[in-house]
Amino acid sequence: MRALDYLRPESPAAAVAALVSNPNAKYLGGGTNLVDHLKLGIVSPDELVDISRLPLDDIQEYDDGGGPGLRVGANVRNSDLAAHPVVRSSFPLVARALLSGASGQIRNQATTAGNLLQRTRCVYFQDATTPCNKRVPGSGCSAREGYGRYNAILGASDACVATHPSDLAVALAALDATVVLLGPDGERRLPLAELHRLPGDLPNLDTTLGRSELITGIEIPFSPVAALSTYRKVRDRASYAFALVSVAAAVHLEHGAVRDVRIAWGGVAHKPWRAERAERALVGQQLEPDVIGAAVEEELENAASGDENAYKVTLVRNTTVHTLLQLAEGHR
Amino acid sequence: MTAHRTRPLRVRSVGTALGRVDGTEKVTGRATYAADHADGVPGDVLHLWLVQSTIAKGRVVEVRPEHALSHPGVVDVIDHTSAPRLVDTENGELAILQDAAVGFRGQIIALVLAETAEAAREGAALVEVSYEAAAHEAELREDNATYRPDSVNPDLETDTFQGDVDAALREADVVVEQTYRTAYEHNNPLEPHATIAWWGEVDGRATLSMFDSTQGVHGVVASLVPMLGVEPDQIRVRAPYVGGGFGSKGEPHAHVMAAALAARTTNGRPVRLAVTRQQMFSLTGYRTATISRFRLGARSDGTLTAIAHDVLEQSSVVREFAEQTASPTRMMYAAPNRRTTHRLARLDVAVPSWMRAPGEMPGMFAHEVAMDELAVACGVDPIVLRERNEPDLDPETGKPFNNRRLLDCLHRGAERFGWDARPREARTQTDGDWWVGTGVAAATYPAMKTPGNLARVRSLEGGGYAVAIGCVDIGTGARTVLTQIAADALGVEADAVDLSIADTRLPSASVAGGSSGTSSWGSAIVAAAQLFRDDHGASPDPGVETTASAEDDPAAESHAFHSFGAVFAETRVHRWTGEIRVPRLLGVYSVGRVINPVTARSQFLGGLVMGLSAGLFEESYRDSRFGHVVTQDLASYHVASHADVLDVDAEWLEEADEIFTPMGSRGVGEIGIVGTAAAVANATYHATGIRRRSIPLTPDQFLDDPGT
Ligand SMILES: Cc1cc2nc3c(=O)[nH]c(=O)nc-3n(C[C@H](O)[C@H](O)[C@H](O)COP(=O)(O)OP(=O)(O)OC[C@H]3O[C@@H](n4cnc5c(N)ncnc54)[C@H](O)[C@@H]3O)c2cc1C
Ligand code: SF4
Repeated sequence: MRALDYLRPESPAAAVAALVSNPNAKYLGGGTNLVDHLKLGIVSPDELVDISRLPLDDIQEYDDGGGPGLRVGANVRNSDLAAHPVVRSSFPLVARALLSGASGQIRNQATTAGNLLQRTRCVYFQDATTPCNKRVPGSGCSAREGYGRYNAILGASDACVATHPSDLAVALAALDATVVLLGPDGERRLPLAELHRLPGDLPNLDTTLGRSELITGIEIPFSPVAALSTYRKVRDRASYAFALVSVAAAVHLEHGAVRDVRIAWGGVAHKPWRAERAERALVGQQLEPDVIGAAVEEELENAASGDENAYKVTLVRNTTVHTLLQLAEGHR
Repeated sequence: MTAHRTRPLRVRSVGTALGRVDGTEKVTGRATYAADHADGVPGDVLHLWLVQSTIAKGRVVEVRPEHALSHPGVVDVIDHTSAPRLVDTENGELAILQDAAVGFRGQIIALVLAETAEAAREGAALVEVSYEAAAHEAELREDNATYRPDSVNPDLETDTFQGDVDAALREADVVVEQTYRTAYEHNNPLEPHATIAWWGEVDGRATLSMFDSTQGVHGVVASLVPMLGVEPDQIRVRAPYVGGGFGSKGEPHAHVMAAALAARTTNGRPVRLAVTRQQMFSLTGYRTATISRFRLGARSDGTLTAIAHDVLEQSSVVREFAEQTASPTRMMYAAPNRRTTHRLARLDVAVPSWMRAPGEMPGMFAHEVAMDELAVACGVDPIVLRERNEPDLDPETGKPFNNRRLLDCLHRGAERFGWDARPREARTQTDGDWWVGTGVAAATYPAMKTPGNLARVRSLEGGGYAVAIGCVDIGTGARTVLTQIAADALGVEADAVDLSIADTRLPSASVAGGSSGTSSWGSAIVAAAQLFRDDHGASPDPGVETTASAEDDPAAESHAFHSFGAVFAETRVHRWTGEIRVPRLLGVYSVGRVINPVTARSQFLGGLVMGLSAGLFEESYRDSRFGHVVTQDLASYHVASHADVLDVDAEWLEEADEIFTPMGSRGVGEIGIVGTAAAVANATYHATGIRRRSIPLTPDQFLDDPGT
């Protein structure tokens, strides 16, 4: 048995202070990912700072200098966020992304921040008997030449080909959400697109967060484009599986032409992949299969795959084309 | 103890939906599964954790226990230098810790005992092991499956030949020659394997007691006795409740020996071992992957002239298990020229074993997809094709089938499923963005009875009867159906029967496997009850008893006994994403008399779902560089979820097979998984026009370019 200290801090600032004073402490949210990792021997903190009871569980509309939006506390449970009326009406893709993830029980337990910071499901990362650069830097990457069905096709490195598993993060990436952070030096705001990183030579780092930085909430700006949006997740079984690929999409059409469009992909990279090149190529265009296909091909120009994940290139293309066509027809 | 020639049962409770006699215990959480036992276990348990090898082949050079032993709560570390010796090590899977050799990755190489499960687990992580690794082979390929086993499971011919297949294929109007593949699969019962074991002494002789999650308590004793060098009466095994097995608990695996050996060292303190889900992927059996090369020769109307099925599969160097993949091919359809063969790759891998319908499941996937291809090639409806190839006699033994009603199953299913409305051509139906198709496949499973079953009937005060047999109810409802059988055999109400099972102190019973349990145990109960009445009459004094076994009907010798079924599937394949969904699945079965429609239905539906799951999801991905399965949890090894199981239904033909058993039943446990994956695969072909020959079928295999 590994002894652990368990701390329930009084305030977000006290939580941050606890992590500053103990380099082996970790934040505990709903625990649905971290507790598994403790059991599997992937991480071994000596202190858990349980932030799940801090009063960070509000969902509120705000309207400050940068325009109106919805602020979601870090501790809002995935189920509650998916059921929130404003989320359902203004950000349908967020509700769908959440509901496509995990199971009802896990969603009741999982927090908004924990969801964004969950770690890859790469089977080697989770098997402490095999080499993995993300788990043990420098030990090698078992997935490159191994079980490859879920491997990344975009932005991977020699060191790591893992994908990020969060569905919520993909939806938020499409919406230009912002993450609100509290660190030893106070609060800062980080575009969600900059939260997760590509693996490069340091696949042990999933994000750009400082070690003791606490996510206190996220902010999702209201935008006309979000009204016509959806999240399409493709997987082998109909439920309770991570994405082979997923597509978060939103489109604002004017006289049949694209005025604004958002496309983000899950299951293809070490981070939610915002398909900006494809978006740019589509602005001003009619949403026809060939047009969308060509835009997606542009985004996929640098896609790289092995035998076992080559299908993802076609799959993400098809899924994107189909999803945008559906939106254009008014099906959300 | 007498062998009694049974008379057919006069059924009253049999055939009715008696509620599960142990249902209340189960739904209220009071049923005690193996690891739950506290009552009857003497003293505080020590917790056992397994240390597993991280190389696939070689030797353990040294096991260093120091760090583990200094961890609070850790009591002992046992390795191959300190483990109690076994007197017989022929069963290489069970002969653990007897030498330094490592035969597969995940093999048990040390045991840690501690005061808590957490300390034991951490202790296991702290044991330091050094190895001398050797090159290993863990990949099944067409070029390394060259070993010919002496027989295939359970003791069938390895190869069979009739006529001249090659000549018949040369002369055939139509030939289908294709290779079909099935994936490695793990049984994954809901309750992981678990054992509590303790040693004691009675009259100067050592005794071993166990609560074990097993499909057969007597089988555990039979396996351990020669190895531990004790007599059967020195071991007692109980398994009052078992949360599924699907074959993986049919024989004891290495963890059972680990518990027995560890408990030998604790001066009588009981040892508790709960195997983790991840450990099950290397220690508790699995189904081999199979490669089936099929050649069918036929006349232009589809009448078969040749059937050849050559199987490549794998076993472990540690212990041989040869799946009988081609066995159904030997009896399924008529053809004068036939050939079946099995060849194995002997790999440095975990030991494969029984998994629901070993042989029939992968073999009939191949056979029934090949038949569908033949139907397409001949332009014949798949059901008509099977009508044309119905044999008069069992092609394998030449005996008449006792009750072969495959065509009745096909016809009844076709009627219920609306088969007539099916377009002949593939890729002709859509619904929105989905291609829609339907498929059919036949199912079969041998009717088996295992010898060596005894039952005891004793009259009680107040008019009740104690009925005892040492079989196990692994969740199938055996307790309930045996109560019904006993009630009818005694001519009393079901609540007058007090049934005891799952203890080796009770009369000997065979394994809950091979769909043979109810037939074997039920026949023994009928024999004991009938003999009891013959000897003691309708109003016996309390306390008199009869123990008996059932003698086979002599007519059985001259027949071939098999069950049959027909599976119909509707499949949708998304034309953009390749996702596959199965909105409708129907099985129609001929299995003799159904003893309890509720529990039998659960078996059929469970089998159909498991077949669907094999067809679309289940795959244990072995990384041959390491030698172990890396999809070793239920998040990465996918089984069908609720959302995948839509309209699934099963029905059966009204019949009774009274030559086979006095109950008229033949067994229902496995046939539901047979043919199901083929029906789904055939339906995906009909939907898309794309023929895939490997399961699981996954979206990437159906990715098209629908933009055009
Ligand atoms: C079987 C299974 C299936 C699943 N399927 C899916 C799926 O299909 N799609 C999907 O998206 N997810 C899926 N999940 C993952 C699930 O969504 C995550 O486990 C969950 O969202 C994590 O949230 P949590 O609050 O439990 O996080 P925790 O486990 O508590 O924490 C996760 C990580 O975040 C850190 N952390 C938590 N809160 C904060 C904070 N406020 N600030 C800084 N760091 C913090 C923790 O230190 C830890 O490193 C699945 C999980 C399981 C077990
Ligand atoms: S892909 Fe990344 S997480 Fe997976 S084994 Fe390689 S380094 Fe580890």
